Formats: sequence, structure tokens, C-alpha cells
Amino acid sequence: MSSLFTYTLRIADSSLILGQRMAEWCAKGPTLEEDIAFSNISLDMFGQANGFYEYAAQLDDSKSADDLAFLRNEREFFNHQMVEIENEHFGNTIVRNFLHDAFNLLFYTKLSESKDETLAALAAKSLKEVKYHLRHSTNWLIRLGDGTEESNAKAQKSLDNIWQFTAELFEMDKIDTELLNAGIAVDNKALKLEWDKIVNSTLTKAKLKRPEDGYMATGGKKGMHTEYLGFLLAEMQFLQRAYPDAKW
Amino acid sequence: MQNGKINKIWELLNTVPDPEIPVISVVELGVIRDVTFANNCYIISITPTYSGCPAVKAFQDDIKVCLKENGIANFELKIVYSPAWTTDWMTDTTKEKLRKYGIAPPSDTVICPQCDSEKTILISDFGATACKALYKCSDCLEPFEFFKCI
Repeated sequence: MSSLFTYTLRIADSSLILGQRMAEWCAKGPTLEEDIAFSNISLDMFGQANGFYEYAAQLDDSKSADDLAFLRNEREFFNHQMVEIENEHFGNTIVRNFLHDAFNLLFYTKLSESKDETLAALAAKSLKEVKYHLRHSTNWLIRLGDGTEESNAKAQKSLDNIWQFTAELFEMDKIDTELLNAGIAVDNKALKLEWDKIVNSTLTKAKLKRPEDGYMATGGKKGMHTEYLGFLLAEMQFLQRAYPDAKW
Repeated sequence: MQNGKINKIWELLNTVPDPEIPVISVVELGVIRDVTFANNCYIISITPTYSGCPAVKAFQDDIKVCLKENGIANFELKIVYSPAWTTDWMTDTTKEKLRKYGIAPPSDTVICPQCDSEKTILISDFGATACKALYKCSDCLEPFEFFKCI
């Protein structure tokens, strides 16, 4: 596996898994508008994932984009652990998405300047959509945090729980460093300062307290995951596993 | 000869409607980026509106059917991502078609397509398709869709 293949796969995996989580809200949204919003965001995520998987499939001729999405096991997925944690309630989904959207905005901004033309083009495309996603999650986070006592308490609790998954977003491993030196990858570490600014200013508006860094989860890049990913894959991949190459 | 056929292909593509908004064609939508000829094959470059828009797959199929029905078999559809699709590529004529169809066209001010009022309120950033948001007019009280600027 080339470094570029793995790097591309990681981006695709985070989009796919978050897209699948958003799709779980379909027909279960708290209001019709939010149901539609989550389904739209889910579609954007699947579309973005597809673009990156198609590119990964070009880099490794033996696999198609569908093979990559549907025929890999848990340990072969390289997404951020944050995107696989469960939706739970609406506020929990909003907190998770907000933290990840803020990262995506900065990440795609930088990736759109990559020397790899395909990654740069896919990033520029994704960036337009992610801006919209961040606006949506930001508005809701403020409404929930600065809402009722109960909505504030629930949002704060989710924030405290999910915080442990934020450090992983900024990690750099050998592959990242190698491709960063080649002008292809993003310097994730360097995004932290700007991410802190976005997060801090929104949390202040939302009357939520930024949690202290405590135990911080890690491992997504190496294929190590939370207990939730296996269940998600079992549902998402069922059809292709049970009926290989099924078409309709 | 090929140039003549390229013009013909553009004309044909201009008859393929957007699957969701049938009053405008895929050319008017701005997703057909180029038609070129190489190695005895016409290459039609298409850019998606939104990454995950299901209409993209649908209009690719429609394009294939349209060209084949008109005797053009040596063509290939190629997806291009750069430059990313923008609503800036829509002409004023296209925007007018959207307005008449009841969709507020992309613009800085969201104007009600029913009564032309500028007093409109956002109901939801997301609509029935990826490219639209939901609005309501404060004057005529009609809800309507707005084609988002991206």
C-alpha cells in the first residue's frame, strides 16, 4: 500500500462513517427540517467519500471504490474515532458534528492547496459543502447550549464525553509527515490553533464550558477503533457481504 | 467535421433536462464543462453540483440515452472536480426560468418567486434537494425553495 493510497483512504473513511451515522437519522429527525438537513449532510458525506474512494481505487488497481467501502473489516478502516461514536440524542450528534465540521473546514482549506491535483480538487469541492455543515452545527450548538437548562446540561455532558476524541484529529504519523514534506498532505498539528479559536468562540456563545484535556483516545489511523465501529459496519456492509456483487 | 459534431452534441445536451428541475437543461445548470474529441471519441466532461447529489447519476444516464438515440455512440463521460461547480455559472436567462418555475434563483437577496417581495425568512438551510434551502415570504406567506449560492 502506498502512502498516498492510505492517506486518501483515511479521508474517505472519516466521510463515509460520519455519512452513515447521519443516515441513521433518516426518518427519525426531531423535526421534518432537521430530518432533511441530516439526510442532506449524509449525502454530501457519501459523495465526498465516493470521490476519495474512486481516487484510492485508481491508486490501487486491485480494488474498486465499492470494495473499499463494503468489503473491508474494522481493523482496515482508518477513520477518526470521533465519527464512529453513536448519535445518541440530537444534541450529542450536533456536538460531535460541530467538533468534526470545524476540523474539516480547516483541513479541506489546506488540502485544497495540495500539490496532488486530485486531492486538491476533491478538497475544494468538499470545502464548499463543509462550510454549510459547520454553519448548521454551529447554529444548533448555540441554540442548545444557550437554550433551556436541560438542553444546556445535555450538550455539556456530550461535550465532556466526546472531548477525548478531539486530540486524534491533529495527530501526525509517518505517512502524514512523509506526504507533508512532499507538499501533498496537510499539517494537522498546525490546524489546532485555528480550531481552538472556532471552538472557543462558539462554546462561549453557546454558554458551554470547554472541557479540560484528560484521557485522549487515539488509534484510528492504525485501524484501532471504539466498540461502536463493528456494529456500524455490520449494518452498512450487510447487503454486499450477504449477496456479493448484488445489483439493482 | 468534428467541430460540427461537437456543436451538435452541445445542442443535444441542451435538450437533456435536470432530473429534479426539468425546466432547465444540464447545460444551463452548468455541469457540462467541456466537449472534446480525441482518439475517435467524444469526451464530455461533467462536474457534480454537490458531491452526493443523486441527480448526477440520473442525468449521466439521461445523457447516454439521448446521445445514443441520436446516433452518437463513440463518447465517454468524464467526471471532473476542478474547478468546483458554482451557481455563478448560471446565466440570467436560466435564473429567470427557475423563478418562473417557483424556485428563487441564487442571489444575495432572496426574493419571493411568487410576489417579488424581498421580505423573506429562512425556514431551513436544507431542502428537498442538496442545492436548495427552504424559505417563506413574509408578504404573501407562501413557502418556497431557494437555489443556494455556492
